[in-house]
Amino acid sequence: MKRNRILPQAITLLFIILIFGFFAMNAQVNMENRGIEFGFGFLKQEASFDIQFSLIEYDGSHSYARAYLVGLLNTLLVAFIGIILSTILGIVVGVARLSPNYLIKKTAAFYVEFFRNIPLLLQIFFWYFAALRALPMPEDANLLLGSSFMTIKGFYTPAPVWENFDIFFITLILAFILIFFVNRYAKKKQEQDGKQLPMFLISLSIFIGLPLLTFLSGGFDLSFSFPELKQLAKTSYTFEGGVGIPPELIALALALTLYTATFIAENVRAGIQGIGIGQKDAAASIGLTPAQVLKLVIMPQALRIIIPPTTNQYLNLTKNSSLAAAIAYPDLVLVFAGTAMMQTGRAIEIVAITMATYLSISLAISLLMNWYNKRIEIKEK
Amino acid sequence: MTKMFKHLFSLLAVFALLFSLGTEAMAAKKSKTLKNTQKKGFVRCGVSQGLPGFSNADASGNWAGIDVDVCRAVAAAVLGDAGLVKFTPLSAKERFTALTSGEIDILSRNTTWTLSRDADIGLTFVGVNFYDGQGFMVRKDSGINSVNDFKDGISACTNIGTTTELNMRDFFTSRAISYEPVAFEKADEVVAAYDAGRCDTYTTDKSGLAAQRTKMKDPSAHIVLPETISKEPLGPVVRQGDSVWEDLVRWSLNVMIEAEEYGITSSNADSMKTSDNPQIKRLVGSEGELGAAFGLDNEWSLRIIKQVGNYGESYKRNIADTGILPDRGPNELWTKGGILYVPPAR
Repeated sequence: MKRNRILPQAITLLFIILIFGFFAMNAQVNMENRGIEFGFGFLKQEASFDIQFSLIEYDGSHSYARAYLVGLLNTLLVAFIGIILSTILGIVVGVARLSPNYLIKKTAAFYVEFFRNIPLLLQIFFWYFAALRALPMPEDANLLLGSSFMTIKGFYTPAPVWENFDIFFITLILAFILIFFVNRYAKKKQEQDGKQLPMFLISLSIFIGLPLLTFLSGGFDLSFSFPELKQLAKTSYTFEGGVGIPPELIALALALTLYTATFIAENVRAGIQGIGIGQKDAAASIGLTPAQVLKLVIMPQALRIIIPPTTNQYLNLTKNSSLAAAIAYPDLVLVFAGTAMMQTGRAIEIVAITMATYLSISLAISLLMNWYNKRIEIKEK
Repeated sequence: MTKMFKHLFSLLAVFALLFSLGTEAMAAKKSKTLKNTQKKGFVRCGVSQGLPGFSNADASGNWAGIDVDVCRAVAAAVLGDAGLVKFTPLSAKERFTALTSGEIDILSRNTTWTLSRDADIGLTFVGVNFYDGQGFMVRKDSGINSVNDFKDGISACTNIGTTTELNMRDFFTSRAISYEPVAFEKADEVVAAYDAGRCDTYTTDKSGLAAQRTKMKDPSAHIVLPETISKEPLGPVVRQGDSVWEDLVRWSLNVMIEAEEYGITSSNADSMKTSDNPQIKRLVGSEGELGAAFGLDNEWSLRIIKQVGNYGESYKRNIADTGILPDRGPNELWTKGGILYVPPAR
């Protein structure tokens, strides 16, 4: 009986090993025949190409390894922005789909059905080229909020110039620690005598108040450098100073957000609808306010339904960000699996590194979300 | 890197090399690529995704251009019919992998011959079918008349994975001008973004600029600056390791250029068989045994000239008459003041 179970598995394993061994041998023979050598030494070589947008210091005299890092950070940046914004939008739309208001309900439904049924690449092209057509040239741009400009060459906004940034940072950390302890105290107090403190207001005032106090007492200083119009040639202008966010990043983040939010909205709707109606009535009957019902009864249960499929959407969004290559946003695929691969010709090495990188990012997101999911699971006592 | 890791990563090679199984086992006396091509009945040729004059498909899917003609010449020589070519449009990024993995057998896609490409990544360049150089295009009303008018903060649209990206950096760095490179994967998107006003300048090979300008909303609103910032010898590429095939592609191109030099055209090729000049007779196959070196019959070169034409005819048909670059510039024969000079076919 036992042998009957082991034998097929052993044969399958052998088969898999043989297949992969054959692939490896074949690749090695082919590479040898073509005089291609395998190795990662190229990562130390000078990249000698420039990248449009970088979060760390980079120019062409840096190494391919550094270019990889630039691409990786750009990927993480757009994934981070996309995840935050699509979560917010997804929750709003998901709740709106259950609204008793007919207009809100139907608008939300239309949005979901429209955006989730159009291929993402088309949406990215649409937002990018539509934006390029619609946005003004730098010299025609209007002032927004008294300080920023939205132009075809990007969004220009004042850049913060810090003095004693480290002190600001330490204050911020202190504020978080303080909030943590106050929260713990409030919880204990509630358990002891049942009184509730307005924790949200207290936390917010600590978060804003502490840095403000340090600022007023001269601990650190913050000023802004404003973008200024600069003439390049007779009819050609750009902005100097401030922070410039390229339209490629804006279009990509927008497209990813609008697309992924539709799926998250459906998850949220499913989560809320998955809670029995009796729960709400029961909570109301013991005197909880509608806000408390949502926060203490509905959401904790709905999250258990919402989190696992939403993790999938976060992973999808991160992987979909590789479509950036189509509109020149310098993400990992464009910079590393694109330019660097072409300039070095190290296709196998670079594709391997890129695959391993996406795998690591995805596993990290999964791990984090699984940990969160575990935390909010029903704890049987 | 340990041996184990090496093997682990070799596994991933399957994505690139799986389908190239044994296309070139040992250096057989006869070319495996040639044999496979004859067996399949068509030449597998990698071209651009649409560059007028070089490789461009019309509405009914017929490819034309001087890069296309190189593949047609090989098809005429090997298979007897210049029409027996299967074209695979490739982006700049895909092109070398497609060739090394054996998806195509000739890469004729306005590709610049450089040392690292030739020596480092399993490719062999067989010649030059167009001498080009990188230039800049700007809007006519911008007031920029020369690269000396470029200022800090200029944004430049281009393609990724090309020598253009590297030259651009060399150029701006050596002049200490800070610039914003906006690099797209496909040429059509570069043109669309530049045309919409995303960039102040569009940089690529000058022939490419001239060709892409014809695709813009208002071609006359753009000018190509006079300066050339690099050498870009463009030519066909084959896989390293099949020297017979390599020679065959090289000499198919050379025959076209030499035919022009000796005044042999598609219309007079047959009558040249009885010429008094032995070199002309060798080119049209009525003297010598030139085809035997490749295992082909003696009329291989005659078929190239008759079906595809000589280099001058190809240039006129694809580049001059289409208004892309009427002036041949350096791509004129060495006897007429250009630099086209090929070794003798004898």
